[in-house]
Amino acid sequence: GNKQTIFTSQQLDAYQDCTYFTRKEILRLFHRYRDLAPQLVPLDYTEQPDVRLPYELIGSMPELKDNPFRQRIAEVFSEDGKGNMTLDDFLDMFSVLSEMAPRDLKAYYAFKIYDFNNDYFICKSDLEKTLNKLTRNELTEDEVRMVCEKVINEADLDNDGRLSLEDFQNMITRAPDFLSTFHIRI
Amino acid sequence: MPKKSDTRKLEDVGIEIDGEVDGAEENNKPKGKGAKKTAAGKRGKAAASEDDEDDDDAPPRARRAANKKKPAQAEADEEDSDDDIPQRRCAGNRRRGKVRDKGGEGGESKRKGRGGKKQKNSKGKAKENDKGSDDDKKKKKDSSGDDSNSDEEEDSMSEGEMARLMEEVEEKKKLIANIRNKPWRMRRRLKVLKEAQQFVDKFEGALGKGKGRKLYAYKVMMMKKWIKFQRDFENFRTACIPWERKIKEVESHFGSSVASYFIFLRWMYGMNMVLFGLTFGLVVIPEVLMGLPYGSIPRKTVPREDQDTAMDYSVLTDFSGYCKYSVLFYGYYNNQRTIGLLKFRLPLSYLMVGIGTFGYSLMVVIRTMAKNADVGGGDGEDNEFTFAWKMFTSWDYLIGNSETADNKFASITTSFKESIVDEQENQKDENIHLRRFLRVLANLLITCTLGGSGYLIYFVVKRSQEFANMSNLSWYEKNELEIIMSLLGLVGPMLFETIAELEEYHPRIALKWQLGRIFALFLGNLYTFLLALFDEVNAKLEEEESIRNASIWLLKEYYANYSANNPNDTGTPPPIPPADVIRGPCWETTVGIEFVKLTVSDIQVTYLTILIGDFLRAVIVRFLNYCWCWDLEAGWPSYGEFDISGNVLGLVFNQGMIWMGAFYAPGLVGINVLRLLSSMYYQCWAVMACNVPHERVFKASKSNNFYMGLLLLILFLSLLPVVYTIMSLPPSFDCGPFSGKERMFDVVMETIDLDLPAFMGTLFSYAANPGLIIPAVLLMVLAIYYLNSVSEAYKNSNMELKKKMQMARDEEKNRRNNKDSTNQVMKDLEDLLPNRSLAPPAPPVNNAEKRPEGGKSPKVKPGTAGGGVHVQKDVSLASANPNARGPVTRAPGPRGPVTRAPGPRGPGPLPGRPGAGPPRWQ
Repeated sequence: GNKQTIFTSQQLDAYQDCTYFTRKEILRLFHRYRDLAPQLVPLDYTEQPDVRLPYELIGSMPELKDNPFRQRIAEVFSEDGKGNMTLDDFLDMFSVLSEMAPRDLKAYYAFKIYDFNNDYFICKSDLEKTLNKLTRNELTEDEVRMVCEKVINEADLDNDGRLSLEDFQNMITRAPDFLSTFHIRI
Repeated sequence: MPKKSDTRKLEDVGIEIDGEVDGAEENNKPKGKGAKKTAAGKRGKAAASEDDEDDDDAPPRARRAANKKKPAQAEADEEDSDDDIPQRRCAGNRRRGKVRDKGGEGGESKRKGRGGKKQKNSKGKAKENDKGSDDDKKKKKDSSGDDSNSDEEEDSMSEGEMARLMEEVEEKKKLIANIRNKPWRMRRRLKVLKEAQQFVDKFEGALGKGKGRKLYAYKVMMMKKWIKFQRDFENFRTACIPWERKIKEVESHFGSSVASYFIFLRWMYGMNMVLFGLTFGLVVIPEVLMGLPYGSIPRKTVPREDQDTAMDYSVLTDFSGYCKYSVLFYGYYNNQRTIGLLKFRLPLSYLMVGIGTFGYSLMVVIRTMAKNADVGGGDGEDNEFTFAWKMFTSWDYLIGNSETADNKFASITTSFKESIVDEQENQKDENIHLRRFLRVLANLLITCTLGGSGYLIYFVVKRSQEFANMSNLSWYEKNELEIIMSLLGLVGPMLFETIAELEEYHPRIALKWQLGRIFALFLGNLYTFLLALFDEVNAKLEEEESIRNASIWLLKEYYANYSANNPNDTGTPPPIPPADVIRGPCWETTVGIEFVKLTVSDIQVTYLTILIGDFLRAVIVRFLNYCWCWDLEAGWPSYGEFDISGNVLGLVFNQGMIWMGAFYAPGLVGINVLRLLSSMYYQCWAVMACNVPHERVFKASKSNNFYMGLLLLILFLSLLPVVYTIMSLPPSFDCGPFSGKERMFDVVMETIDLDLPAFMGTLFSYAANPGLIIPAVLLMVLAIYYLNSVSEAYKNSNMELKKKMQMARDEEKNRRNNKDSTNQVMKDLEDLLPNRSLAPPAPPVNNAEKRPEGGKSPKVKPGTAGGGVHVQKDVSLASANPNARGPVTRAPGPRGPVTRAPGPRGPGPLPGRPGAGPPRWQ
């Protein structure tokens, strides 16, 4: 249907160039986005209104609500870094997490997600946070410390006690099921 | 990404810089560079990198000279500058967007003569080096060249500038194509995209010249159209993929592993749709539309004695009666060479479709496998990243259901704990003998079960042949074979699971064993069934022979009588109605019926199992729970889990039966498509309604190709009997498209002889000559061998590289920590080397050496020092965190000074490694 008036066709083409989605999927994503807060999001995006949905709404999506890293995901992909998302951010997020996105791109964003303190390195505290989120704090402190040390041992190539992006990519690109688990179908 | 995109960025930056410099000279503001403020900072670097790229052909001397910019060589450079200035001019022009105005330059191209040629030689050098060098030089060139060469501006631009523009446009196009791969924010991406598109739109038309320009513009336009078409097609294609939402729902409920089954099912459906299209489009529908109608000839008519019962429900469900004499089965097809107005060669098409089915399936399966292997990327074999992978890839982002999420959390925790325990103590088997004994016992039991089931099937098939000659059979006796086979398929896996308890394997290994055993069971059953069927076919063949003789004799007698009565007439066929003709057993249809019956009973059993085993159980658990003494939901029966491996195997075997049976029962493919279609909806419903997520969530990705491998194996195994029958059994004389021929493939020969020109026939006979086939086979074998050894070599070099990386890493670690050598081999070497400084601190060396082994790493055995990668890895693990082992190694007081070098030695080298020691591995 060419009946939609939400985007101009140039906008749609541009979005298709910039994401891994087809036109229909972009429209569907827009509707998903709008359904989160119909009163906030206008039905006309041709003038590119500046609308942000708060993190509370984004994090309550069924795709994200059970994900232990949902807050980090929202933070990483939102432009303001606080998890409040514009439609662009929203599309961006699901584009990277879609099935079509290449391994490298995914690895880059995965790195950002696991880098809790935004210092461009995954250090021990990041690892601990990740692990505690993954296991819901069920491991003892000793165990957590040991696992973190092991991870750094395994993946830290330049031996600076933290994982740089290169370390992370080197490790993650060889993981057999990174691609199959790091994606969200929407 | 970062690596690639970085270099890309650099290149971009480099180009932008050119623009900037030029622009500055022309006092022109460069447009659209908001995103690339870093340009100035990286200028030198970028230019240098471009130097490297473009100067491959330029003489190094000239390059050096240009870089050094000696005043003495300015004269020599003058020539370059001739061409250079116009370039710069044009760059400026380009910035102003005036390139289009220079339309006349195409006509002037003849004038470019000297300048153009020289430019070709020195283009890269001149263009790039000048950027790298200082501005004053450029200015000088400008001033010197401006007046004298002003007339050459136009023409020289035409080539060099054009090439650059073209390059830039290509660059931008690449950027547009790849922009989605850039880790930028959407806003920036949109902006860059817009700029790039504008740029391309603006300058694309300016490229090419004279006649070429029109062609170029046309090409560009077509390219745009093509891209648009591709996008539309892509949109259309994704819209056509069915069940996306359904699978997504399952996925978010159960994680990726359960969904992988449904994706597999969908893939299977797609493949079967193509097979269905082939079979129905080229065989069934032509026969229905153009072939003789039902009742016209004996093979298309129900025999007289069966006609009363032919419409009975019980008969129809056995696929005899009207079913048997329908397009569903081989026997119905006529052996007319061509049918209908279109002269459709049905027998040929029948054979071709039969072979094409296998060809297509093979191709699809292999392609999918190759693709999977490609996507799979890393081989999960080497477990150097156990913990890291667990940490970063164990969460399944697809999960969108809190129950599944809870299970996932639990299973992740368990897996972490397991590996911690594994790491802490290296699994000492106390009772290894008992376990070994139990494993042997288990395998023995399983072998017995397999043998037993095989024998049972053989026995049942034999019995069914006896039954076939008897009348008034009970329902069970008629369907005994199918029932037994389905029951075996149901009970066998359960039995195996119970037996596998004895073995106490790790669950993942146990799963592999389990799958392998089920596979063996199914395969064994299928093949026993086939063997028994072959017995039957042979019996039928003999029977057929006698019937054939009888009918021929009858016919002869009839003709003899006929010609005796009216000697002038050559005679017409006997006026027997087609229903009364004596006919052979038609073994092909029998085989087809067996397969169809097997498939149908398989469907029934599967669906009933789901209905009873899952649905009824869920209903009982749910509603009886209100009035029961214990908690049914948490306690014993609870809800069923979705058995992924069992279901996938079932699907794979079902497909095997389809492949085997499709040749003798073209309708089987249709039945299978229906089955897959209904099973998609039914199983989706069942899994959402009555199953609970798995306690232990297994990974699906790796096993994907495992299942595909099974499918390939099954395909190959089902190919064998079909090809055997096509090639070596004589077809029935009175039914099917090949009746009256010696062998089925004779139809190909016939087509070659009759329809193709004569030289084609000779050509084929040459091609079929063993003298040609044997070398071809040899060549293929050689090719396989060669490719195999090449891949082997790649693998080796891969391993070598890995080893090197590991070594470099160890060394790096070593150097940084400045601790004792972690490399066992090196240490041994050092110990052996005669050295002055070794003598006094000898005892400490030994101590220091042994401590890491005993202290931290139970894996390292002193004896395995030369073991290569493993040893190194272990050792690196062992020595990696010196802090952790601190308390263990350094606890006793007197040992303290031992690890640290004694005073006089200073901070530098270690006790065992003097400064002038053996060279390090770097």
